[in-house]
Amino acid sequence: MDKGLSLRQVSIAKDGAPLLSVTHDIAPGEVLTVMGPSGVGKSTLLAFITGTLAPAFTVTGEVWLDGQNITHAAPHQRRVGILFQDDLLFPHLSVGANLAFGLQPGGSAAERKAKIAKALEEVGLEGFEDRDPATLSGGQKARIALMRMLLSEPCGLLLDEPFSRLDAERRAQVRDMVFDRARARALPVLMVTHDAEDAQAAGGVVINLGGA
Amino acid sequence: MKHLAVLAALLAPVPALADIDPANWEAVTAEAEGQTVFWNAWGGSTTTNDFIAWVGERVMEDYGVTLEHVKLTDTADAVTRVLSEKQAGEDDDGAVDMIWINGANFAAMKEADLLFGPYAEQLPNWAVVDVEGKTVQTDFTVPTDGFESPWAMAQVVFVHDTADMPDGLGSMQELLEWTAANPGRFSYPQPPDFLGTTFLKQVLVDILPDPSVLADPATDENYDEITAPLWSYLDELTPNLWREGKAYPPTGTAMFPLIADGELDLSISFSPGAASTAIANNELPPSVRTFVLDKGTIGNASFVAIPYNSGSKAGAMVVANFLMSPEAQVRAQNPEILGYGTVLNMDALSEEDRAAFEALDLGIATLSPAELGTVQDEPHPSWATRIADDWMTRYGVSE
Amino acid sequence: MNRRRFLPILPILTLLAMLGPVAAGLWGTLLPAFGHLPAAGLIGPSLEPFRDLFDWAGLPRAMLLSISTGLLATSISLAIVMLVTAGWSGTKPFRALERLLSPLLSVPHAAAAFGLAFLIAPSGWASRLLSPGLTGWDRPPDLLIVQDTWGLTMTAGLIVKEVPFLLLITLAALGQADAQRSVAISQALGYGRVTGWLKTVFPRVYAQIRPPIYVVLAYSMSVVDVAVILGPNTPPSLSVQIVKWMSDPDLAMRLEGAAGALLQLGLVIGALVFWRLGEFVFARLGAHWVGSGMRGKLDRPVALAALAAGAICALSVLFGLVVLTIWSFAGFWGFPDALPDGFTMRNWMRFGPGTLEALGETALIAITVALVALILTIGCLEAEYRYGLTFSQRAVWLLYLPLLIPQTAFLPGLQTLMLSIGADEGRIPVMLAHLVFVLPYVFLSLADPFRAWDTRMGTIAAALRSSPNGVLWRVRMPMLLRPILTALAVGLAVSVGQYLATLLIGGGRVATLTTEAVALASGGDRRAIGVYGLMQTGAALVPFALALLIPTIAWRNRRGLRHG
Repeated sequence: MDKGLSLRQVSIAKDGAPLLSVTHDIAPGEVLTVMGPSGVGKSTLLAFITGTLAPAFTVTGEVWLDGQNITHAAPHQRRVGILFQDDLLFPHLSVGANLAFGLQPGGSAAERKAKIAKALEEVGLEGFEDRDPATLSGGQKARIALMRMLLSEPCGLLLDEPFSRLDAERRAQVRDMVFDRARARALPVLMVTHDAEDAQAAGGVVINLGGA
Repeated sequence: MKHLAVLAALLAPVPALADIDPANWEAVTAEAEGQTVFWNAWGGSTTTNDFIAWVGERVMEDYGVTLEHVKLTDTADAVTRVLSEKQAGEDDDGAVDMIWINGANFAAMKEADLLFGPYAEQLPNWAVVDVEGKTVQTDFTVPTDGFESPWAMAQVVFVHDTADMPDGLGSMQELLEWTAANPGRFSYPQPPDFLGTTFLKQVLVDILPDPSVLADPATDENYDEITAPLWSYLDELTPNLWREGKAYPPTGTAMFPLIADGELDLSISFSPGAASTAIANNELPPSVRTFVLDKGTIGNASFVAIPYNSGSKAGAMVVANFLMSPEAQVRAQNPEILGYGTVLNMDALSEEDRAAFEALDLGIATLSPAELGTVQDEPHPSWATRIADDWMTRYGVSE
Repeated sequence: MNRRRFLPILPILTLLAMLGPVAAGLWGTLLPAFGHLPAAGLIGPSLEPFRDLFDWAGLPRAMLLSISTGLLATSISLAIVMLVTAGWSGTKPFRALERLLSPLLSVPHAAAAFGLAFLIAPSGWASRLLSPGLTGWDRPPDLLIVQDTWGLTMTAGLIVKEVPFLLLITLAALGQADAQRSVAISQALGYGRVTGWLKTVFPRVYAQIRPPIYVVLAYSMSVVDVAVILGPNTPPSLSVQIVKWMSDPDLAMRLEGAAGALLQLGLVIGALVFWRLGEFVFARLGAHWVGSGMRGKLDRPVALAALAAGAICALSVLFGLVVLTIWSFAGFWGFPDALPDGFTMRNWMRFGPGTLEALGETALIAITVALVALILTIGCLEAEYRYGLTFSQRAVWLLYLPLLIPQTAFLPGLQTLMLSIGADEGRIPVMLAHLVFVLPYVFLSLADPFRAWDTRMGTIAAALRSSPNGVLWRVRMPMLLRPILTALAVGLAVSVGQYLATLLIGGGRVATLTTEAVALASGGDRRAIGVYGLMQTGAALVPFALALLIPTIAWRNRRGLRHG
């Protein structure tokens, strides 16, 4: 398989005790949902894929993205995007600068500016370039975080309980937006959540962990 | 004495004197230009510090010599430094280029060959120094032999606030009686402070029937007997001292604020003009005057010496020579600036320079040369060392 | 690539910079203490130096002074801080006291000591304000207050400086102790505020602040500058006497000083062991007290007394600075006038140029040292983050080690050692010596906020294809601007306040505001002391003000960073 995100016999153990094992291929535009209560190692799996795993964990298996083995690549060279339940916008940068941080280098200043404006427009926040992220609502922040991630042109997307901080109304709206954008860009998506509704909305394969 | 023996044992080889010839003044000034001189001098007196800073400006103007004042709390620090450098083999460019020195420190350094020289009597301004009338060729009875050059004369004076103590005293015996009648109103700096030790010597010189025995080194045989009257004097004096002798001012200048506050009525100074200067700086009330004892008081000269391993000997000689210049001497004697006695011979000066001295208003609290009376000789340095050591054992660890 | 290889060695380099000089200094003390100083032609081993030391008539009193000052200053300041926190944390008066004490932390010890002396001496400002009206004194009473034989004034001078230090340390520890809820529960069970706090929160807080308390104990036992200004002289405390011996031209004295330095080290170790044993006894008694179920009847008066004591500490430093300011502008000021006859710029004109020169030297040293310490610290913490290293509890004690070994035990040895290997004294060795003391404080100041940074920010930035260095420079450091600047200010203040390290290692050639100010103590010129003391305080305080101001201005439009 050339395109997509593949987990090949990934087994994670903490201090010798096995936590989980996964083998799965996620095709472009598809969503794999990993469900389970907290503490079963969902986030650990994501940390393994992003390359930021704490040394207490031992992992066997490989991660392949678009036909390349990224198991041992440096975190910033993996081209794996991630969204957390918190927006994690950089508080010292304006909204525009946050997006610019994500935007791949290249292009003239005017072109970059236009790309950022277009990204804001795409999520209905045109003209927000100079805003302080701390002054935005939760839903607005989530949208900015999504666009920042997409501007970095990832080849795969990880979602770590991405919607659990949002209220019911915004939740569906933001969730649809994320999945729409991911599908539009043909990104393989791996989502971990403990929320059945999220899993259902994702519409892909669901792996249940630790649930008895 | 112990340390002299150690010094002598340690420092047997004499450093070679392949240095510049002090007699060739043109060569000296030429070499001095651009040199930096680290002058190690006691830094506890702000007026002295100001004066040294001025000297620095002047030698920079005239000779291109940079003068850095290394402010010491104790001259012995500089001696230690040179000594340590010698042990470490630093013979060419030591940290110390010039030291404000006299007495035991000079004797120790000269004995241990730690000094450059002789140079003093080759300096151009030596011609106007008062060799006859002032003790500029002996330092605490030790011949200077040109290894240090004088720059100020000092003499013990007593400083009293006439608002509380209208009249002076004529002798150390009278001082003892006065403190008994006025307990807590007199103190002296804690030996081994220079001035504190001088007070002890002044007591001894004044109460001994024949102080000439002090001109020879102290010996194990005569020391106890000769100093016995001093200790009984101090035993009687101490309970009536400020703070009952449980604390002492650290230095002479530290006594000025105590007088200003009215804690002390009487103190001692080694600089006849210091009181007037302190009045000018608001440090003493205008009611302060000075007096000397009937039999006179101890006097000596302040010198500068150049360590054997100075890397800026020419620069240091330029500074030493400038210190003996009429310009520097007039300024030092000005009570608003420093109030130190001059080492110059007025008769050897030009008309103009002499007039500058005569125009000085010595200040309200400064005695005229005539009033200062007889200058008594310093005892041999061995006395001061032993007396200070003894004092520390007897009174320095009071219970 | 280079950097990747450079970063992992930074922790080792840091430890070396901190502990190397200490170890070398102790070695340089040990040999002469046993009569071995080949550079002076003395070959050991011999017990002569110790024999000389024990022959000194002042030794018992000097040792006693060191012990009593250390134990008293530490226990009293600890008691004040614990009781104030117990009785008042979370209240308005507490916040007021906290706000008052925090800036005082950076006031150098010497300036605080001078201020205190100018306040409480028989001719001090307090006496002037009350005389002759209340006291009837028209001249100062002949009382031995400053430089008293028992060192009580010196102890007081240490307490007023240690209280702010321990209070800030305690505040940091409180956050992790879940104090508020514990006190709420114990109050619901009928315990008084103070008793409830002492029984539930104190054990947890104490366990956290133990290392800094030991630092306070070791420091108070061996302090030199405060002792020179406020301590007795007949005889002085052991550390002051060691410094005197070390600067005696008689070499035999240097050996005696080295022996004294070892004795000082022994005393400090003994006192630390004694304190540790005291902790066990105290824990036993405390357990008994907790078990007794007593609810605390004296809580209110105890809390009030503690608050008063804390306020007195703050006010005496504050008014000390005020009286330094008055003296720096004073014309003639006789007793018992409450204020000088007149105010004048003359003192500032006279001493201003000298202080500026010293300020330049002070700033050069402090800025270099603090920056180096900051770089090493960030390097260590970043290495810890990138390579997943963790510091064990033992490694934390290593940080405190240079602060626990008395300065007088290793600095004289370091000086002797430097001389015997022919190293030139001067600015760079002084900087290295300062680094020993600055590094731990900078590290301790920055470590918690640096580690508390949300590492998911790093994951996000990496996912946005930012390299590890990019993450550090573009995300982590800007977000941590406030704690980084605070750590830098702490480093600057520590360096500015260094006395002994500058004096001994600088060989008198390096004149900073602190060495100049302490040197003035012997001259007793209060106007000069006022000018230098204020400049010294300013040099330590201004960086703190900037550390507050710069992030506030830089992030004025960033609400997420306003409270760092």
